[in-house]
Amino acid sequence: MTTATATGTAPRVAAPVIRGRLPVGWVVSDALVMTKRNLVRYFRLPNLLVFSTIQPIMFVLLFSYVFGGAIKFSLPPGTHYINYLMAGIFIQAVIFGSMQTGVGLSDDLAKGMVERFRSLPVARSAVLAGRTLGDTVRNVFVVLLMTGVGFLVGFRFHAPFVSSVAGLGLAVVFGFSFCWISACIGMSVRDPESAQAAGFIWVFPLLFASSAFVPLATMPSWLQAFARNNPITHVINAIRALTQGGPVWHDLWVSLAWIVAILLVFVPLSVRRYRNAV
Amino acid sequence: MAEQPAILAEGLKKYFGNVKALDGVDLAVPQGTVLGLLGPNGAGKTTAVRILTTLLQPDGGRGEVAGYDVVRDAQALRSVIGLAGQYAAVDENLTGRENLEMVGRLYHMPRPAVRARATELLTQFSLDDAADRQTKTYSGGMRRRLDLAASLVAHPQVLFLDEPTTGLDPSGRVDLWGVIEDLVEEGTTLLLTTQYLEEADRLADQIAVIDHGHVIAEGTADELKRKSGGDVLEVSVASARKLTSAVNALADLTAGEPHIDKRNNHVTVPVRDGSSVLVDAVRLLDKARVKIDDLSLRRPSLDDVFFALTGRGAEDQTTESNGESGKERTRA
Repeated sequence: MTTATATGTAPRVAAPVIRGRLPVGWVVSDALVMTKRNLVRYFRLPNLLVFSTIQPIMFVLLFSYVFGGAIKFSLPPGTHYINYLMAGIFIQAVIFGSMQTGVGLSDDLAKGMVERFRSLPVARSAVLAGRTLGDTVRNVFVVLLMTGVGFLVGFRFHAPFVSSVAGLGLAVVFGFSFCWISACIGMSVRDPESAQAAGFIWVFPLLFASSAFVPLATMPSWLQAFARNNPITHVINAIRALTQGGPVWHDLWVSLAWIVAILLVFVPLSVRRYRNAV
Repeated sequence: MAEQPAILAEGLKKYFGNVKALDGVDLAVPQGTVLGLLGPNGAGKTTAVRILTTLLQPDGGRGEVAGYDVVRDAQALRSVIGLAGQYAAVDENLTGRENLEMVGRLYHMPRPAVRARATELLTQFSLDDAADRQTKTYSGGMRRRLDLAASLVAHPQVLFLDEPTTGLDPSGRVDLWGVIEDLVEEGTTLLLTTQYLEEADRLADQIAVIDHGHVIAEGTADELKRKSGGDVLEVSVASARKLTSAVNALADLTAGEPHIDKRNNHVTVPVRDGSSVLVDAVRLLDKARVKIDDLSLRRPSLDDVFFALTGRGAEDQTTESNGESGKERTRA
């Protein structure tokens, strides 16, 4: 290698220099380069994909067969538990998926990747946007897979097709907003193991103390009060209405308001953490 | 002489809480030259590099790289520099080629140029055979080389290498030195931090010794060696009990702080005058009945210079870091 010299075949192309604001084209292309990088990970690490999809599949089967028999007496007459359950399963899948955002980011931080990216003329949003978009693409895949698994065990849409698709879309968009909470956690704790643990601690109570798996009426009244105002309850009720029919608008508006609020808080917070991260 | 320095720092300050990581650092690196920033762990080397590469904002003073202010023109500055930090920052799940192409795309170079440049660098760094393998299969040395290659994708005007050979074995280190020397011949301005005096001696045109956030000495390797006060007498004694007697016996010849190495029964003494020192030393040690195993006179190394400047060895505080895996490295 000491004898290696530049081959000199390629002309010397330097990076273009822009003073001031980055052109929008660069911002978009940076985010796409990053998204691609993050998605490649899932194809190169098949285990990651397998295990992160097996878990929700397992939940579909366990909940519907183990708890289904007991819970059906608390449901409105004529409702199959699987049709009640799936909205909760979608949200569980996207939330667990979004936790990967923080794990991945803290890994990048620990391995010096963030330092490298920050020394490049890259839009400040690109690393975070690439991660959250990459995990959102993965969430789309997981939601479609869950729908397929649900169909095999009796899940059906009872609302118009467009409305049902909107329901799945709402799950994905809600997951996107959770990716940013997760990003913020990942940029704060700085190591993947802690990011994993810190991500799950608060998610479990939030998810279970909601209308995800059982009707609120079966819970003690103090818990009902919490669960009724839990954003996850609103999102799940909206998805249930969008896919199964019933009154949609109230829960949908509250859900969208929560999504916007989460993004308004956690996008700037994450970007600031990123800018100060070394 | 009117030419603007490629790297300029004036009174750079950075505090982390009560710790003054940088306490007024001045640097000026002319274009096409190599500055070796030398100092122990925690001296402020990495902080200086991070400010000059826009990763950290200074708390005082100012910095310019290639004419761009590190705060005001940070965005433009990033387009003309390359940085290889202390970690071999490569994406394990991408191949060597994909890593380089990703970096090229992030410099916003046109796609065909990125592709050609990646191939060129993979050849230059002897990574052709591994180019299309995921980098998780690379050895520590290969990762280091790829990391360095990534910092060169956009033909940067100014290159920053933060301890580029830390964690490499001796032969890997010599290989990398060859690559860096080739780069410098092509006219790249380089700021290199290192704990290895040998490395600064070999690669740098100018050396700045930094300790506790201050530049405590500056000059060429030769100038620094001259500053430490001439030649160095090395004495190995037969018994550790005689170390003090040896130092006392040589007091008349001594020009600086003697450096006693108890483990190896070894004393290093800076001396004033080169001509009759050796004869005098033998006479004095014999008179004091100190039995010697070995006695030699040599030009001072940068190690001696560092000891003369700081009162401790350059590598006393270093921690072993392992280049094999990013996971094993801990943050300083």
